[in-house]
Amino acid sequence: MRRRDGPRPEVLLALCGAGFLLLNFPLLLIWDQPLTVLGLPLLPVALFVIWAGLIAALAWVSAPRAGRGAKEPPDAGERNG
Amino acid sequence: MIQPALVLAVSFGYLLLLVAVAAHGDRRAGQGRSLIDNSLVYALSWGVYCSAWTYFGSVGRAASGGVWFLPIYLGPMLAMLLAWVVLRKMVRIARSYRITSIADFIASRYGKSPLLAALVTLITVVGILPYIALQLKAVSAGYEALTGGPGPADAAWWRDGTLYMALSLAGFAVVFGTRHLDLSERHEGMVAAIAFESAVKLAAFLAVGVFVTYGLFGGMGDIWARAQAQPDIAALLQLGGQGFQGFQGAQWFTLTLLSMLSVLLLPRQFQMMVVECVNERHILPASWQFPAYLLLINIFVLPIAIGGMLIFGDGGAGAESYVLTLPLSQGAEWLALLAYLGGLSAATGMIIVETVAVSTMVCNDLVMPALLSRGRFARTGGDLTQLLLNIRRAAILLVLLLGYLYFRVAGEAYALVSIGLISFAAVAQFAPALLGGMYWRGATRGGALGGLIGGSLVWAYTLMLPSLARSGWIPGGFLDGPFGLAFLAPQRLFGLTGFDELTHSLFWSLLVNVSLYVGLSLAGRASAREASQALLFVEVFQRGEAQPVFWRGRARPEDLRRLAGRFLGAARAEALFRDHARETGTALDSLTADARLVDRVERQIAGAIGTASARVMVESVAQEEPLSLGDVLEIIDEASQVRTYARELEEATVELRAANEKLKSLDQLKDDFMSSVTHELRTPLTSIRALTELMLDTPDIQPAEREEFLAIILSESERLSRLVNQVLDLAKIESGMAEWHNTDVDMKALIVAALRSTAELFRERGAEVVLDLPEQVPMVLADPDRLTQVLVNLLSNAAKFVPEHRGRVEVALRQQGDELVVTVRDNGPGVAPEDQAAVFDKFRQGGEAGNRPPGTGLGLPISRQIVVNLGGRMWLDSQPGQGACFAFSLPLSQQGRVR
Repeated sequence: MRRRDGPRPEVLLALCGAGFLLLNFPLLLIWDQPLTVLGLPLLPVALFVIWAGLIAALAWVSAPRAGRGAKEPPDAGERNG
Repeated sequence: MIQPALVLAVSFGYLLLLVAVAAHGDRRAGQGRSLIDNSLVYALSWGVYCSAWTYFGSVGRAASGGVWFLPIYLGPMLAMLLAWVVLRKMVRIARSYRITSIADFIASRYGKSPLLAALVTLITVVGILPYIALQLKAVSAGYEALTGGPGPADAAWWRDGTLYMALSLAGFAVVFGTRHLDLSERHEGMVAAIAFESAVKLAAFLAVGVFVTYGLFGGMGDIWARAQAQPDIAALLQLGGQGFQGFQGAQWFTLTLLSMLSVLLLPRQFQMMVVECVNERHILPASWQFPAYLLLINIFVLPIAIGGMLIFGDGGAGAESYVLTLPLSQGAEWLALLAYLGGLSAATGMIIVETVAVSTMVCNDLVMPALLSRGRFARTGGDLTQLLLNIRRAAILLVLLLGYLYFRVAGEAYALVSIGLISFAAVAQFAPALLGGMYWRGATRGGALGGLIGGSLVWAYTLMLPSLARSGWIPGGFLDGPFGLAFLAPQRLFGLTGFDELTHSLFWSLLVNVSLYVGLSLAGRASAREASQALLFVEVFQRGEAQPVFWRGRARPEDLRRLAGRFLGAARAEALFRDHARETGTALDSLTADARLVDRVERQIAGAIGTASARVMVESVAQEEPLSLGDVLEIIDEASQVRTYARELEEATVELRAANEKLKSLDQLKDDFMSSVTHELRTPLTSIRALTELMLDTPDIQPAEREEFLAIILSESERLSRLVNQVLDLAKIESGMAEWHNTDVDMKALIVAALRSTAELFRERGAEVVLDLPEQVPMVLADPDRLTQVLVNLLSNAAKFVPEHRGRVEVALRQQGDELVVTVRDNGPGVAPEDQAAVFDKFRQGGEAGNRPPGTGLGLPISRQIVVNLGGRMWLDSQPGQGACFAFSLPLSQQGRVR
């Protein structure tokens, strides 16, 4: 199987890095406010929204897309010998 | 309260249903219509990550720490973002080398080391016990909550319900995991049952969540609004403190990292994600479906926790059983029973997969090597498959009983979540050796051994032993440092304070682990076998199907066949040899035990008893010659040579294809040339024929008219012969058959002579010719007649294109370095840039088709051929509307250069 069957590793690494930053301190402290969203406390809402956002992003980059193979050059490192 | 008999009956009925699901899954697998061959079932089977810890413990953690229950599920989210990169490589490696457990994986990477396999197994067993204990504790606590209070506290151990539950769960794990004699295959039925359990626990938890949130309260907003009246509950949903003060950022980070590693490295996760993977393609969709599952199962954790605290007003003391007690207190007994089934699903799923995975490791990496090391056992004996199954069954029972023991010893002192984290920290010790080994070729067995031993000792000292000390089984003074040595206090090593015990332990253990792993790997040298395995692991994607085989030695086919028969069963061994004979194209009884056959047998046996044991067994029947590092390099070199050849072949193919294209276009050119020539020949022929026919038919033609006709016929005939001459000329020059009478030529004289012969043309057009010739020029070596032909061609070409009566043609001769350059510039319409490349093509004439001056279209191609043959070049400079300038250069003759 060639890597172009899926998202590029760089994209996944970038997403993972972004997730690590968003879900850890100090960025987490942004949401630590005595505020409510639709009557719900901000902190857990923010955590769940970020989480859902990451899932959506992963699902989006994972979705099979027409012409992906044409757009991306085959990765020589992953080609079967 | 629910009657214990009812609870037991429902639980038992549910477990029987699971067995039925598993049996159905196996049956479908047998029919080739796999139930689990889709990404959703695959993702659901990963849901085994949510054990009783999630089901009961999360609510407890949320009631005491607010959002602190979340990092354990955010870590897997982050890990799943990389699943397509990391997990897919693990799956490919495990598939290629028939690896069936995490111990096998690590041992195989570092040269199939039995010692490493045993060590990993030992760490797993010890590390996983708290986790098993957690499940037992959760289920028995749930049972007590449901049936109302614990049994008599002073009951003798044989009356302890938890023990019997552990035993019956062991029974189910045996049924699920070790039913098959076919040891190396995947457990399709078990996966189906686990996926089913994941669905049940999600549904049950969501049902309780909806009941509490929308049945007992008016939605999440209502719960929160009421909670704000109680400051201690309201404070839960803040990280505590402002800015960095008070917020345990390090612990949050630790929990995220830990769960990120655990979701890949826990034995049950490895089993489900790697060993039971049906198709690599499922990894991609499952990698987002699984976090979505985690998100769903966690949505109602906070509402249930806060709702429970509001209703019971117990400050969260009984929060770990809120999932059961909340419905029960409102009289919703059936919902409570459903919730209990969900919890049972979570616990049984975890226990079944975990014990199956661990029992495989214990059997393959602890018991078998011990048995095999006794030579007599290795050489004698028949079919061992039944023995292997029994060892695994015993291992399952043993692991569960040990878990029960830990539950009795330490279970009461800790919350569910803290117990689970001890196990997480244990399996995190595998991360450097396993993940590092997949990407770093230089990692050695010594480094892996050192890192694992060092890391797990620190883990045991800083986390496991304190958990026992906490419960009073080790003198409490131990926590202040053994022998009164305060700097060795297990939870404050070297006086490092400020961390919670988990972060403290993980920091020190991973520090020691990684340092030893990297340090010893860099200091030591890999053996040949390690180097070859490292290569197979790190470059698994590049190698594809054709693996280089690192083996040298002699073996007898009948020995190999007997060996395979003992571990695979006679039928599969037979099939293995038949397949090999068919693929190599030899008869079954004339098979030789070459490297490929030995490798094949070893891999198949590895699926049953692990790579390390398989290695030992093959060594016992084969006389091996030790591989040196040089041999390995040679094999690697061979493999890369094959790749080089393949690449060269590919390049050659590309070249051939290009050559073929060129030939095709040349062929096309030839066809065009033929059709042009015949076309050019036909035009004069037609007019000659028409005029002669006319003259024949009209004998009384006027003399003046006849004269005119004959003149036309003559000129057309001349044109015809000119054309034929030129075609012949061109063909001769191009094929190199032309005769050249080269001599020293005075170019200046030649130009003057050519001008004289074309003077008539210019006079007719009323054009002026300007000569720009130097006093004297060196000689060139050339054929004067051919050169005159070139000059005449260029001059007549210019004469044709200059405007009538205003024409001006400049002819210049210059010496430039070792060359003479002749330019003929006219003030005609010029040549458009897009046509310039084509003017030297045959039959390509300038100008519009309609008003193009007469010509054969061969003059310029011939001229260029002549010049090229004389060692020079011909080119065109032209701007549309500013005239054209044809030029050619010729090298000076030796004599000319000397002068």
